[in-house]
Amino acid sequence: MSTLIQTDRFELSETERSAIEHEIHHYEDARAASIEALKIVQKERGWVPDGAIYAIGEILGIPASDVEGVATFYSQIFRQPVGRHIIRVCDSMVCYIGGHESVLGQIQEQLGIGLGQTTADGRFTLLPTCCLGNCDKAPALMIDEDTYGNIQPSGVAKLLEGYV
Amino acid sequence: MTLTSVGPANKIARTPETHPLTWRLRDDAAPVWLEEYTSKDGYAAARKALAEMAAPDIVQTVKDSGLKGRGGAGFPTGVKWGLMPADESLNIRYLLCNADEMEPNTWKDRLLMEQLPHLLVEGMIISARALKAYRGYIFLRGEYVDAARNLNRAIDEAKAAGYLGKNIFGSGFDFELFVHTGAGRYICGEETALINSLEGRRANPRSKPPFPAAVGVWGKPTCVNNVETLCNVPAIVANGVDWYKSLAREGSEDMGTKLMGFSGKVKNPGVWELPFGIPAQELFEDYAGGMREGYTLKAWQPGGAGTGFLLPEHLSAPMFAGGIAKVGTRMGTGLAMAVDNTVNMVSLLRNLEEFFARESCGWCTPCRDGLPWSVKLLRALEKGDGQSGDIETLLQLCTFLGPGKTFCAHAPGAVEPLASAIKYFRSEFEAGVKKAPSEPQPSVVETVI
Repeated sequence: MSTLIQTDRFELSETERSAIEHEIHHYEDARAASIEALKIVQKERGWVPDGAIYAIGEILGIPASDVEGVATFYSQIFRQPVGRHIIRVCDSMVCYIGGHESVLGQIQEQLGIGLGQTTADGRFTLLPTCCLGNCDKAPALMIDEDTYGNIQPSGVAKLLEGYV
Repeated sequence: MTLTSVGPANKIARTPETHPLTWRLRDDAAPVWLEEYTSKDGYAAARKALAEMAAPDIVQTVKDSGLKGRGGAGFPTGVKWGLMPADESLNIRYLLCNADEMEPNTWKDRLLMEQLPHLLVEGMIISARALKAYRGYIFLRGEYVDAARNLNRAIDEAKAAGYLGKNIFGSGFDFELFVHTGAGRYICGEETALINSLEGRRANPRSKPPFPAAVGVWGKPTCVNNVETLCNVPAIVANGVDWYKSLAREGSEDMGTKLMGFSGKVKNPGVWELPFGIPAQELFEDYAGGMREGYTLKAWQPGGAGTGFLLPEHLSAPMFAGGIAKVGTRMGTGLAMAVDNTVNMVSLLRNLEEFFARESCGWCTPCRDGLPWSVKLLRALEKGDGQSGDIETLLQLCTFLGPGKTFCAHAPGAVEPLASAIKYFRSEFEAGVKKAPSEPQPSVVETVI
């Protein structure tokens, strides 16, 4: 089943629409809510489908191409389906010194995916991230909104168990 | 096992007189909410500034204090504030807080925002008054979820107490404050890229001039200051310029205290509030505890990924801009990193340049094309597949991507550590160059056309 091409008509949910409209009031110009609008849709759906790009463009009064330009620029906006849980491995130089490459290698081996990929069962997506600001606890990583530090390759399996 | 920013900063002795940024931290590292913050003299400085001081007096006080930007570039804050237009008819002005902390080994603003959110709010109220800004935004990176939650709660508390909103402290001054969370990309920390991002555009830096003070967010006069910079303002207003100037160690040209740190394989990695001018040696030995058993110090970087590498002998340098400049690089954010004897410099630089290449916004050619080129060369050298001339090419890139050659400071920041690593550890780079095949033998080469 391919979810990459959207053939159904897309509609923003009432929750999404009102959340986006609320955000617009924080700024002088509706365009400024574009990143937040993408995040609102992504929070509801896990990713941003094609139809949402047009819908957001319409609600903000800006061209869909501008929304797409923003969506593809920022690393935390997903334009394709992702797993239920996002693993973000900090790849800063401090985590490099702390041994993040062996932790990353262990995750890749255990899940059978590389960076930017999603497991076949849709459980995990694996991504690199900029410094997470836990340099005293390197190497660090984030799973969804939880941050972990002092990760050892041997501790990876147990860590991932908590996310089904 | 979710992490908090609790660290050694909470554990050293702190007093209001010597640690204006961190004395209010709780030993248990829980956030300091409004009631506790006000019981520790919180918002007294904002009350004083709004009730007793005219806007130009606040600007002059900050100018006289010698406060410099804490985001890495170290531009004098009062001078930056003074660039805002004098024309009163330009009455829509913005104050932006740069909380897009994302540079490798930069982890100080997180501590302030998670544990002392009201200090930032108070700093922004006073600064907004000085700049005549009616609205402020805290541009926070998306991954700092705890900071976002704590700042939003602090803003709600301040609003309910009448410290944000209309007619604050009966002064007639109105100010509203929002948290704006980002969606990734290190370049958002460049102040004009941050403005573009806040406007809902791709975060490409803008051409300067005009500077944000003249044409900033939505075309209006705008001032962008770092979290730690703004957090210095309340104590300067409360305690005065003379007190502030007495904080730094003798010989320091920079005033006040700085959140400094050490990471890497040191015994006690952490962030502490320390006076400017403290020798790097003291930071490394007395606070970070020196290297862990079995490791020796090979090199160190004084303040973030964009600063140059230094040797152990340079630890005698004092931690202030001019002190670090004397040994050949910049103090940056003041959060140092130890490189130990087990780390290969080529591999470390490969990691570093992968970061800078990935995070280039792609707007200008030298950065967009030059950084991936450096990664390609470093990967080859790391594998022992380098060709003769690769090191020279890397050095050329250091020149072509240097200051003044690109739109913003991203690429210059990327090549500063590379140039210094080649300067001090050239043999490690040379070891990655494939040995030339033994004498070519022309007699067996046939030209077939």
